[in-house]
Amino acid sequence: MTISSVVSLEDVWVYYSETPALKAINLDIEDGEFLGLIGPNGSGKTTLIKVILGLLKPDRGRVTVFGSPPDRLGRARSLIGYVPQRNQSDWSFPVSVLDVVLMGRYGRIGLFRRPSSADEEIALRSLEAVQMREYARRHLAQLSGGQQQRVMIARALAGEPRLLLLDEPAAGVDIHAEEQFYELLRELKEKHGLTIVVVTHDIAVVSSHVEKLACLNQTLYIHASPEEVLTAGTLQKVYGCEVELLAHGRIPHRVVEEHQ
Amino acid sequence: MDILEYAFMQRALIAAVLVGIVCSVIGTYVVLKKLAFIGAGISHSAFGGIALGYLLGLSPIGVAIPFCLAAAMAIGWVSKKGRVSEDTAIGIFFASAMALGVFFIGLKEGYNVDLFGYLFGSILSVSSSDIWLIVGLGLGVIGVVLLLFKEFFFMSFDEEMAAVSGLPVRQLYFLLLGLMALTVIVSIKIVGIILVEALLVIPAAAAFQLTRNFVRMMLLSVLLGVVSGVMGLFLSYWLNLPSGATIVLTAAAIFFLCFLFSPKRRWRRIQAHG
Repeated sequence: MTISSVVSLEDVWVYYSETPALKAINLDIEDGEFLGLIGPNGSGKTTLIKVILGLLKPDRGRVTVFGSPPDRLGRARSLIGYVPQRNQSDWSFPVSVLDVVLMGRYGRIGLFRRPSSADEEIALRSLEAVQMREYARRHLAQLSGGQQQRVMIARALAGEPRLLLLDEPAAGVDIHAEEQFYELLRELKEKHGLTIVVVTHDIAVVSSHVEKLACLNQTLYIHASPEEVLTAGTLQKVYGCEVELLAHGRIPHRVVEEHQ
Repeated sequence: MDILEYAFMQRALIAAVLVGIVCSVIGTYVVLKKLAFIGAGISHSAFGGIALGYLLGLSPIGVAIPFCLAAAMAIGWVSKKGRVSEDTAIGIFFASAMALGVFFIGLKEGYNVDLFGYLFGSILSVSSSDIWLIVGLGLGVIGVVLLLFKEFFFMSFDEEMAAVSGLPVRQLYFLLLGLMALTVIVSIKIVGIILVEALLVIPAAAAFQLTRNFVRMMLLSVLLGVVSGVMGLFLSYWLNLPSGATIVLTAAAIFFLCFLFSPKRRWRRIQAHG
């Protein structure tokens, strides 16, 4: 692990019963990196994120996040912000937007104690950062998909993280909202000096916004700039099928996949 | 009201109010976290404990407390292990615990137990020591909920995120199952093992129809639970009906009213148009 690494994985293997979900993963994510983690469905992307979060213990290998194993981070756990897949939350749950964002503070507040007005102030500022402050008193079910996603990002930001992990953040959001969404991430990264990892199976949009791409399909194929990844012919190997790129200018931004 | 001059009626009333409160508070989590079937599993397994206490000549409720707690932990443990699906695990546990209960009673010679009272409640036979048990356990359960209010709130909404934030989700989950077990114990005298599930689910489900705010949902649930308990008790007294069943049916009637007049459908329409 180099000193500037935020996340470091060494020879990480994860098995689901007999089948390997991750094979021999070596990955260093550097401080301030904006990484797109791509791969087809079932390629182990979410598994990898869960390993980094400490929700899943690898069967083999070493994981360090901010210098410690993720399940021994203690208070430093709040340095990780996580935005799960959108369909994993119960949107009918009786909870206001502000309540959800305040949950992002709970890890910092500690057991038994109630959120203070300072916590509420931080939660409101996080909502402001994603342009959702005026929705603070609304109920979750009253928001559109893109707005709900912003609330989840605000919740992650409220924990004042240094590393932000997002799992399929743009799923179910229209292309216009998706563009805006990546703009927002870039802005947050610059303003707060965040390290960001976006997991997605949508190569097209992500590759025109991130600085680095990592291609995963059980093993990690490449970890490089989008230009290098898209010209190296790696995608065909990763996806196991023809990937046709329609390039406009230097950065391709549309990918057509033909599955067998 | 002159019926309140009877000491047994006063005790019944106090018990109905306390049980209404405790069940509705825990019921809020049961409904939101979808633990209704686990609740049924825990409550039915109490029967094994009651019967064991009776067989050993000890206090049936006294033996049911550790028995029910152990069953709750076992159900939680097996379902979290993931080798057996949760509903299968519950099906196995609650049928076995009930069978064990029948077995224990079969071992005891002579058959003169008021088992029916444990199964369906016998609120009019609540003794003053029962009241102290209900007060003690009830306050304990509510105290724990207040102490860990934000943790249970977060865990009910999103268990995985709560774990990522560093909350001890596993311990909280087992604690919640333990609180459910104690709530069952508290309610046995009032509505009985078979019907307690209703008080765990119905008031909270009715409150869920009326609000989008968690704290308000819990308070409304308590209000509806207490109203069901008190109204059911008076109705059963006046109409000479079994009290546990009358309380549950009152709660069910309240649920249907809340469901029919729920503003949620209107909210959804507004959202669809706006």
